[in-house]
Amino acid sequence: MLVVDNLTKSFGGLRAVDRCSFSVGAETITGLIGPNGAGKTTVFNLLTGFYRPDEGKVLLQDKDITGLPPYRIFQQGMARTFQIPREFKEMTVMENLMLAPTEQSGERLFDPFLRPLRVRQQERSIANRAVEVLDFLGLQRLRNELARNLSGGQKKLLELAKTMMIKPKIVMLDEPGAGVNRTLLKRIVESIERLRDEEKTTFLLIEHDMDFVMRLCNPVIVMSEGKKLAEGEPGEVQRNKEVLEAYLGGQYVAVDG
Amino acid sequence: MEHLVGILNYIVFFAITAGTYSILSLGLNIQWGNTGLFNIGIAGFYALGAYTSALLCGLPPSAWEGRTFGGFQLPFIVGLLGAAIVSGVVAMLVGAPTLRLRTDYLAIATIGIAETIRLILTNESWLTNGVWGFQQIPSPLYKTIHAATSAYLKGHPNLPVWLHDLISKSYDWFYLVLVLVVLFILYLIMERLVRSPWGRVIRAIREDEDATSMLGKNTFSFKMQALVLGAMIMGIGGSMYAHYARFISPVSFKPLYGTFIVWVMLILGGSGNNKGAILGGFTVWGIWAGTDFLTKYLPFTSTQSASLRVILIAVLLEVILLWRQQGLLPPKKHLFSQK
Ligand SMILES: Nc1ncnc2c1ncn2[C@@H]1O[C@H](COP(=O)(O)OP(=O)(O)O)[C@@H](O)[C@H]1O
Ligand SMILES: [Mg+2]
Repeated sequence: MLVVDNLTKSFGGLRAVDRCSFSVGAETITGLIGPNGAGKTTVFNLLTGFYRPDEGKVLLQDKDITGLPPYRIFQQGMARTFQIPREFKEMTVMENLMLAPTEQSGERLFDPFLRPLRVRQQERSIANRAVEVLDFLGLQRLRNELARNLSGGQKKLLELAKTMMIKPKIVMLDEPGAGVNRTLLKRIVESIERLRDEEKTTFLLIEHDMDFVMRLCNPVIVMSEGKKLAEGEPGEVQRNKEVLEAYLGGQYVAVDG
Repeated sequence: MEHLVGILNYIVFFAITAGTYSILSLGLNIQWGNTGLFNIGIAGFYALGAYTSALLCGLPPSAWEGRTFGGFQLPFIVGLLGAAIVSGVVAMLVGAPTLRLRTDYLAIATIGIAETIRLILTNESWLTNGVWGFQQIPSPLYKTIHAATSAYLKGHPNLPVWLHDLISKSYDWFYLVLVLVVLFILYLIMERLVRSPWGRVIRAIREDEDATSMLGKNTFSFKMQALVLGAMIMGIGGSMYAHYARFISPVSFKPLYGTFIVWVMLILGGSGNNKGAILGGFTVWGIWAGTDFLTKYLPFTSTQSASLRVILIAVLLEVILLWRQQGLLPPKKHLFSQK
């Protein structure tokens, strides 16, 4: 599904991502873990076109997408969420979702005037899709709420909801569980699994909560200092000595929450 | 009664100017109010529109003019469209190198282009007649209406003075209707756009451009469209001004009148709200004209009272924003909400 080859990115003298290679199999929920500052978020930013890699390649279903601008990468079916949710605060939850579908007729300057019927029809079907997604995630009651009024956990769900609007091939989630209460966390986990099973969506997710990773992800990729350190089944990785050292070397205790 | 007619005629004059400013404010609202584009060179696009329209519709240069070009005597509508197109093209040239960069670059570029345009207007006499200004710009349908009015007044020599005064200003009434019609059409277009999916994207860009591009939107292209569209509207405003004033010169397009006041109008009226942009246009112009009366009766020199007006406007803006943070009409929420 996704192949990352020799990806490198430096900020000044710091090599945040250092010849990192890995691949993500179709219809997996692959975990990306590693101590703070390992370069996980930077990898996401490189994959989604937010940063340009200094070196290396990204292939999505054998197609080279290296260096494409973010909007083109999204249009290829690769969606992401942010570690800190970036909802459109002054818009309603519905509007936040309705923004996501690509190639909307009404987004062309003249169509609202020249093709009002088509625009309205599309709006209706996009709205229906948004309602479906909200129902799926149990957010239906918040439809007309301004996004700024959502709780932290609800914002995380909203981020996931936005990616669902386009039926993406692969979704990359940056710490979907961080700061989310147990009930919402359960809902997020279930939603991800259901999306994998029902929609055949592939997931790559960064997470610190080991409990979450163990329950959801297989395989797990471990990063440290910009490189891939290990890869394997969650249990296996957790027992890996190098991995333990990397975590202990940092301020992290291995299997904390 | 004569007094009343005098006031009425003044109100017509006032409303024409306020309406023209509201067009500019509407243009800024699509740029700043909805997309978050920081254009501080409104005066430049306004001037371009005015001069383009004057060149297209005006008379050929007369012997005593420094100008050697232009004056194609084309119909008003051609001038109006030409004004929109020229302002739009220049906006595109300003946007192309700056809209990919951080937002402050656009601000610098727009103020730069506005001053450049003013320098060109001042110095390129062959095109603009320099500081002497472009003169005798024809007003649309002026001859027809003027002839009909004179004929009527001649035919009815015994009208009461007030009625005579009223009728003799019939062209101004016509022009007021013209300004309001143009303003209303632009308002309808803007409303439809802001409520469309296109509007949703530009409002998302205003909030968080990176997140918008991560949702598959080519934000550069959308920002360009908004910038150009706003500039075209400002060009139309310039054309409306030129054909009423009939005389334009570089002084009319200084930053204070061309840019600062328009910003105050939009912020005070309600940035992000088209009705607010228009309300702001009329309110601020009302205050501006009002302070003109006021400062005349105070013992100040004209430079002093000019500065005093700017201070008064600033204080008023402050007071209104303390009372209503988002302006008189805050932006609409829940535009797409459905039950
Ligand atoms: N835009 C940036 N400019 C400079 N340094 C950065 C930038 N983004 C990340 N870094 C640095 O790169 C390293 C990796 O960061 P990040 O990818 O956020 O780690 P993780 O998500 O694994 O915690 C850190 O040392 C961080 O300070
Ligand atoms: Mg991170």
